[in-house]
Amino acid sequence: MNKKTLFESLQQQGITRRGFMKYCTALTSLMALPPSMIPMVANALETAKRPSVIWLSFQECTGCAESLLRSHSPTVEGLIFDHISLDYQHTLQVAAGDAAEHAREQAMKEHHGKYLVVVDGSIPLADPGYSTIAGISNLDMLNETIEGAAAVVAVGTCSAFGGLPQAAPNPTGAVSVSSLVKDKPVINVPGCPPIPTVITGVLAHYLTFGSIPELDNLGRPKVFYGQSIHDRCYRRPFYDKGLFAETFDDEGAKKGWCLYRLGCKGPMTYNACATLKWNQQTSWPVESGHGCLGCSEPNFWDAGSFYKALSIPDGDYAKAAGYAVAAGVAVGAAAGFANQKNKANAVSQHTKVTVDDFGENKDK
Amino acid sequence: MELFSNANDFLLWVRGDAFNIALGLFIIGVLVRILEIFLLGRKKDFSEARGTQWGPGLRNIVSRSVVDNGTFKRAPFVVVVGYIWHICFFIVLFLFIPHIELINALLGIQWPGLASQLVDAATVVAMVSLVAMLWHRLTHPVLKFLSTYEDYVVWFVTFLPLLTGYMAFHRMIDPYPLALGLHILSVELLMVIFPFTKLMHAFTLFIARWYTGAMMGRKGIVS
Repeated sequence: MNKKTLFESLQQQGITRRGFMKYCTALTSLMALPPSMIPMVANALETAKRPSVIWLSFQECTGCAESLLRSHSPTVEGLIFDHISLDYQHTLQVAAGDAAEHAREQAMKEHHGKYLVVVDGSIPLADPGYSTIAGISNLDMLNETIEGAAAVVAVGTCSAFGGLPQAAPNPTGAVSVSSLVKDKPVINVPGCPPIPTVITGVLAHYLTFGSIPELDNLGRPKVFYGQSIHDRCYRRPFYDKGLFAETFDDEGAKKGWCLYRLGCKGPMTYNACATLKWNQQTSWPVESGHGCLGCSEPNFWDAGSFYKALSIPDGDYAKAAGYAVAAGVAVGAAAGFANQKNKANAVSQHTKVTVDDFGENKDK
Repeated sequence: MELFSNANDFLLWVRGDAFNIALGLFIIGVLVRILEIFLLGRKKDFSEARGTQWGPGLRNIVSRSVVDNGTFKRAPFVVVVGYIWHICFFIVLFLFIPHIELINALLGIQWPGLASQLVDAATVVAMVSLVAMLWHRLTHPVLKFLSTYEDYVVWFVTFLPLLTGYMAFHRMIDPYPLALGLHILSVELLMVIFPFTKLMHAFTLFIARWYTGAMMGRKGIVS
C-alpha cells in the first residue's frame, strides 16, 4: 500500500494547493455541507491515507468502470480516484490472472475491517455458472469479500437495483447487492452509468468523515439523489408554461422546450445530472435534446417505453378496453332483456282493482 | 412477502394491470347502465305529435345548463359553488398537459393545455368548493336528512384524485413515484365506483335532458 497521503500524491500530479482548496470547496458544497466545513474536508483529505478498495465486477457491461476510470484529462476527481489504493479490479488486471486473485486475498487480510468494496453488476442466483471469475461464482466472491469490509458501494443500476440483467424475464435470476448484503452498510450509487463525480463524492465523504453519507429510502446518498431531474431541469419553466416539443425535430425541440411529451422520465428520477452534468460539465441528456430515461431508478428497463409520457398507462389497455366493451354489451343486453321480461311479467300479472275490492262490497 | 419492493414497482402496477382492471370495470359498468336504460324502452305514444323531438331534445341538453331564476333563488349556494366546482374540475381534468397526453394515448385526440400554475390554482378552487359542498350538506338539515352513505362515498372518491394530484404536483409525498402512483390509484378507484353510483350523471344527464326536451317538443311546448 502507498503510504503517501492523498494530498501528497495530488501534489505529485501537479495539483496546486489553490487547486486543491477549490476542489475541497466544490466538494463541500456538493455534499450540501456549510462553508465552515471546508477546512475540515481539506484537512481530512490532506491527511487521509489512501483506503484500500476492492472492485468486484459481476454481471455488468463495464460501462460504469469506463465512466469512472477512463478520464482522459487528469481531473482532480480522476486523481482522487487514481489515488485510492485500488487493490483489485479484474477487468483492469485480467492479464495478471491468478496473481490478481492473490492481490484481492492479500488486501482483504491486510486491511480487514477497513477496506471498501465497490461492486458493479448484478449477481446471478439462477445458476452460479452464468458468471464466474477465476472459477469462483459471483455470489461466493461477494460473500467472501464483504466479510471484512467496512462498507459496500454498489456502483451502477445493475448492482444497486438489478438493472438490465434483472429486466424481464430475468433469465439469470439477477439480484442487487443490497438484497444479499444485510449486515454491512450498502451505499447505492445507481445510474447507467453513474456520474463520475458522484462516486468520487461518495468516496470523499467516506474519507472525510469515516462514515457513509445520509441515504434515501433506496440507499442512495441524499446529497446527490435528493432532488429529481425535473425539479432541477433548466427546461422546467417550459413545462410550467405548457410549452412542449412534440417530436424530436419540431419547432419546440429546436427552441429547447420541455421533453415530457416525448417520454422524459425526469419527474420520477432522482439524480444529479441536471446540476453536475457529464463530461466535465459539458452537457447532459436533456440538454442534448433527449428525455431522461430514469436510469438511476429501480426497474427502469421495464418501466414502459422510453418515449411514452409518464402519465400514459403502460399495459395493453386497448385490448383490455376491447374485452370490456364486448363484456359490457353482453351483460348490458342480458340485463336489459331481463328487465324487459320483468316488466312484461309485472304487467301481465297485474290484477286490476275493481269496485268490488272496496267498502261494503269487499267481503261479498 | 412485501407486495411491492419499491415505489417504482407500485407505480408500474398502477400504470399497468391496475389501470387495465379499472378501465375494464369502468367500461363494462357504464355500458351496462346505459344499455339497461335504453333497452327498457318507452311506451308507445298513440297521440298525434304536435312537433318534432330531435331538435328540442338536443336544444334542451344545452339550455338546461343555464340556471333558471327560480332554482337560483331557492338554492344560490348550490348553484354558484356547483358551477365553480364543475368548471374548475373540467379545467383540471382536460387542460393539464399530462392528462391531455393520457386522453391522446387512449382516444387519439388532443388539444392545447394550460400553464401548470393555472391548473394548480383551479385544483385548489375545486378542492375548496368540494369542501364547501360537504360542509353545506352536513349543515343543511334537509340535505343532511336526504344524504345517504353513497353521497359521502362519492364525495370522498371525487376529492381524493384532486388531493393526491395536488400533492404529487407539489411533491408533498416522497418519493415521487409513490405520489404519482397514489394519484393514479385514486383515479382508478373513482373509475371503478363511477358506473355504480350517482357519478353516472356525467352520462345520464344527456339522456335525461334529451328525453325531457323531446317529450316537450312532441307536445309542442317550448323546451
